[in-house]
Amino acid sequence: MATLIHDRPEHVRLSAEGKPVTLLEAIREGIWEEMERDERVFLLGEDIGAYGGAFKVTEGMQERFGALRVIDTPISEIGFTGAAAGAAHMGMRPVVEMQFIDFISCAYDMITNYIATSRYRGSGGVPMVIRGPSGGGVRGGPFHSQNPEMAFFHTPGLKIVYPSTAYDAKGLIKAAIRDPDPVLFFEHKWLYRRPQLREVLPAEDYTVPLGEARTHREGTDVSIVTYAAMVHKSQEAAEQLQREDGLSVEIIDLRTLLPLDEEAILASVRKTNRLLVVHEDTRTGGIAGEIAMRVNEKAFEWLDAPILRVAALDAPIPYSPPLEDFFLPGVEDIVKAVRHLAAY
Amino acid sequence: MPNQTEAPPVEIPHALVRGDLLALYRYIRLTRTLEERLVNLHRQNKVVGGLFRSLGQEGESVASAFALRRRTDGTGDMLSPLIRNLGSMLVMGAEPVEVLRQYMAKGDSPARGKELNIHFTDYQRGFVGQISPLGDMVPVMTGVTLTFRQRGEERVGMVYLGEGATSTGAFHEGINFAAVQRCPLVVIVESNGYAYSTPTAKQSAVKAFVDKAPGYGVAGEQVDGNDVLAVYGAARRAVDRAREGGGVTLIEVITFRRLGHAQHDNQSYQSVEEIERWASTNDPLDRYVATLLGNGWASEADLAGLDTQVERELDDAIAVADASPLPQDEDTLLDVYADGPVPLPWTRHTLPDPARA
Repeated sequence: MATLIHDRPEHVRLSAEGKPVTLLEAIREGIWEEMERDERVFLLGEDIGAYGGAFKVTEGMQERFGALRVIDTPISEIGFTGAAAGAAHMGMRPVVEMQFIDFISCAYDMITNYIATSRYRGSGGVPMVIRGPSGGGVRGGPFHSQNPEMAFFHTPGLKIVYPSTAYDAKGLIKAAIRDPDPVLFFEHKWLYRRPQLREVLPAEDYTVPLGEARTHREGTDVSIVTYAAMVHKSQEAAEQLQREDGLSVEIIDLRTLLPLDEEAILASVRKTNRLLVVHEDTRTGGIAGEIAMRVNEKAFEWLDAPILRVAALDAPIPYSPPLEDFFLPGVEDIVKAVRHLAAY
Repeated sequence: MPNQTEAPPVEIPHALVRGDLLALYRYIRLTRTLEERLVNLHRQNKVVGGLFRSLGQEGESVASAFALRRRTDGTGDMLSPLIRNLGSMLVMGAEPVEVLRQYMAKGDSPARGKELNIHFTDYQRGFVGQISPLGDMVPVMTGVTLTFRQRGEERVGMVYLGEGATSTGAFHEGINFAAVQRCPLVVIVESNGYAYSTPTAKQSAVKAFVDKAPGYGVAGEQVDGNDVLAVYGAARRAVDRAREGGGVTLIEVITFRRLGHAQHDNQSYQSVEEIERWASTNDPLDRYVATLLGNGWASEADLAGLDTQVERELDDAIAVADASPLPQDEDTLLDVYADGPVPLPWTRHTLPDPARA
């Protein structure tokens, strides 16, 4: 491994050299290391080769691994997603990039009808990852800002990951690539290069198991269950609430939405007796509904207040800054909801 | 009758031998008879879902698949059939008893009761089960054959679709990507007159589906789908081209769907005369038998012997499939994920939550 590390270009040996990485760099290192580790791993997507991808996640990979392992595809989400499934049938471990995750909808049939059902139909597991830049807050407009995770949450056979930290992003992309089932891996582009998220990761290989939530912040008064960019908005709100109200807010970062770590949610609810679910995805049909139902089924008697949610508005994602800022859940929304719960 | 000893022997085309010709006959006969048996089982309510027939198309299914390199250890060529390609699957080694168990929804069927009819897979024998959204198998087989290229394996893929499925985005995206990557893929478009009830003219404005080939920069060939040896020849040329690095070929197979889309379909939209004309003058099995006998490649006795074999084989297979068990309730929960069954909530199928009793 040591010789390999010196063979790596500088931009993918930051962790190996003890330097801090952004969330994007963490994902890039994770993919690179998996490609080194397992020759079955290969990449498909638009402009991912010489150009290195719209966000440069795959920068330098085609040069190192060749055009048969880093494949520039035609603009055809059905075509390359289906092709990835076929390659997975043959024992490969494809990683598909959606240039923006908004375009995953073009492949909805292939993912939900073909890939997700394959194991059940007796055609074998489809070990593949579909990943891409997701989420709002970057003035991307209706088709470069979406959070379509819940469009797939209702499909048995899929796994859904949406990390919030560099450590988790690297460990989870590696676990996703090694997983025997299809994983949708959402990467929040507002977090990609945020300097505040830079951290020093272990120099050695590690994974973060799928299906396990993480306590992002310990607290005793109110639980916030959230994921992705909203973990950081919730953190900001929690600090403000601690400062101004003396409230102790616990934050559970789901990390994996499917399978949902029900036990982690229930344990936090039993501890604080108050639950706020925060998601950047739109309100109706968002994960808050499912979480509230699970708590209702299994921890109803532990609640001292109704479960609340803070989510994006039920609208397409608007472009103009005042509109997008109004559309997205903000720190003040979270603060207000937690105060309501604490006072209930 | 000319004296047989004086007549020059007719050479068998496409480097086939007499044993191949008889094998082709046997597969076509097996396909037709198996489907006839399935009709009986359907009438007895032993086939629990829909029943799809390939009457009139058995020849092209069998002959095209016969051009592939067939293995049982996962090193041969791969195909993905469509609903009227029972014959192709039998050629690749699917067993009648498997097909019967599938149609009868048995627990020991290849898909273990979770998926129906000929939607099943065996990577060792080389067939990938289709799903019902049409055109989807083209991208999937593009990926299968892309991996052959990635690994430098001299293997070929074949994917079937009806002319109706050429209207889908999946077909377009799949064949285009395969063409760009020069995947060793043979795309067989079966032009059989109807997609369910929709006639070809309502499906596409092209005069011939083979005309789509140049649009993707791939080789194209049109063939009389009810001429068994012509189909084999076309498929063989395409398979050889693919194996030699020549990339994708689109073969348009001209044939005719003589029965409805499925067993329930009364074909009210079709002309009886047209069906009758194809049945009486252009049946692939009749034509093939005439070729075999006319060229002296087989005798009536040879074919009758194979017919008897097929009947016996199917008698046995039906008895075995009929005795197969149905799946267990709890099997419902298995094989959604690799890491264990999905949960069975206490509000379903169980007594009230014991914790609250």
